[in-house]
Amino acid sequence: MTLLSIENLSKHFSSGGRDIAALKDVSLTIADGKTLGLAGASGSGKSTLARILMRLIPPDAGTVRFEDEDWLTLSGSELRRRRAKIQMVFQDVLGAFNPRATVASVLGDPLRIHAIVPKAERPKEIVALLDRVGLPASYVARSIREVSGGQRQRIAIARAIATRPSLIVFDEAVSALDVSIRGKILELLVELQEERGIAYLFVSHDLAVLRAVSHRIAVMDAGRLIESGPADQVIENPQSQAARALIAAVPRLVIKPTRDSVHDT
Amino acid sequence: MKFIRNLIRTPEGTVGLCILAILALIAILAPVLSPGDPLHIAGRALLPPFSDPSFPLGTDRLGRDVMAGIIHGTRTSLLVGIAAALAAITIGLCVGLTAGFAGGLIDEALMRLVDAFQIVPGFLLALAFVSVVGASVPIVVLAIALGAWPNPARLTRVQVLSIKERDYVASARVIGMHPVEIALKEILPNALPPVLALSAIIVAAAILTEAALSFLGLGDPNTVTWGSMIAEGRNILRSSPFLSVFPGIALVITVVGVYLFSEGLTKALAGRRI
Repeated sequence: MTLLSIENLSKHFSSGGRDIAALKDVSLTIADGKTLGLAGASGSGKSTLARILMRLIPPDAGTVRFEDEDWLTLSGSELRRRRAKIQMVFQDVLGAFNPRATVASVLGDPLRIHAIVPKAERPKEIVALLDRVGLPASYVARSIREVSGGQRQRIAIARAIATRPSLIVFDEAVSALDVSIRGKILELLVELQEERGIAYLFVSHDLAVLRAVSHRIAVMDAGRLIESGPADQVIENPQSQAARALIAAVPRLVIKPTRDSVHDT
Repeated sequence: MKFIRNLIRTPEGTVGLCILAILALIAILAPVLSPGDPLHIAGRALLPPFSDPSFPLGTDRLGRDVMAGIIHGTRTSLLVGIAAALAAITIGLCVGLTAGFAGGLIDEALMRLVDAFQIVPGFLLALAFVSVVGASVPIVVLAIALGAWPNPARLTRVQVLSIKERDYVASARVIGMHPVEIALKEILPNALPPVLALSAIIVAAAILTEAALSFLGLGDPNTVTWGSMIAEGRNILRSSPFLSVFPGIALVITVVGVYLFSEGLTKALAGRRI
């Protein structure tokens, strides 16, 4: 079933007299409990799409239907209440948290705002959330500054699932993490999806990451959606130049045998 | 506390803190250090300093104890300085936060108001206000704050504008936090440090403005202030310069103390940011 459908979304920014079209007539859908990977080089408009979806910036034109509701016309307290259903995980693990926050306040805020559990049970729920993302209960009292990057991203994921959303938007959520942690986080995300049936919109420039988590992949270039299809099909048989360029950009580990290099020199 | 330790680690902070602590102590203990009304006549007029042990800094034209005046003047100066700075910072924070957070027309309107206050020299504004409304300590405080709030307002607005774009404000919106809560809990505490560093400078300026108002006879006539003491001594500056010099020295020490403290504060705050 379709959870989210975006139709003819457009957005342009004007800065210094120049007019930049960030999104041109983009339409796509996300199915219940499935992952759509949104690929594209930097500047292709994929982050703009994510931010419009989160209602952080307004679009110029287009409609978004989410759970059979016109998502873009919601406002005020109605919008704040409904925000529980779409959550977001940011790329910058440092910038996504108030530097004065503690782990308890980061996870407590969404629980309090949306009254997910009664006040008395909040500490228990925070510990349960930490446990779900693989962090010990002792982290509750820590300041967010005393937590490492990979662990912060786990806390960001815990914050995103705290409100029991049906869609989570990941904006380059693992790009800033080192490779060993990246794999573990992706595993955690796949597990969470299978367990709770949350749909993901996974924005990344890295097709290797997208292949690991996505059911479908859509490729964007210069504000347009140029290709979309099942993940394997897009990666194994890319139709567009932009998709081929992204695949070529995935780093491969190449080790030349030492003897060859001796011969060469 | 780690912050206090950082502050003491800078030499400016240590010296400033010491001077301010001693001044605060003198202000608090004024009734004990020199009991009675400092404005009453205590002895022979124009006694030179260091001649009579009961009047170590001498007496003025009416026979009032200069030492008592300086001790009690500490109260007025610190009180007016701190109260005026507090008022200015509070107004500035409210205006800056509203302007920066709301944006659009509200921002434009508030910033033009700030401009209007900023183009009038603060001292002239205070002078005009006190001469119209009348002189008393609360009015003097308000008059000084009136000229001092535009700077913290501007600084707060700029801070808010930059913090507003950070991801943690976006994530607060994403979890559905109310805008008022975002402004007060996410933005304000992080916008505060540079504004607090500015506050010490405002205290120093306020102390000087108060002294200048008193010097012109626009201070509260019922309280002794350093400015009014300097004004008193001005007429006989050539025969008894000590009457103006001693309160002048007190003023200099206080302002230097506040400035050093503010330097230390700025350094401690900068060191704390990673």
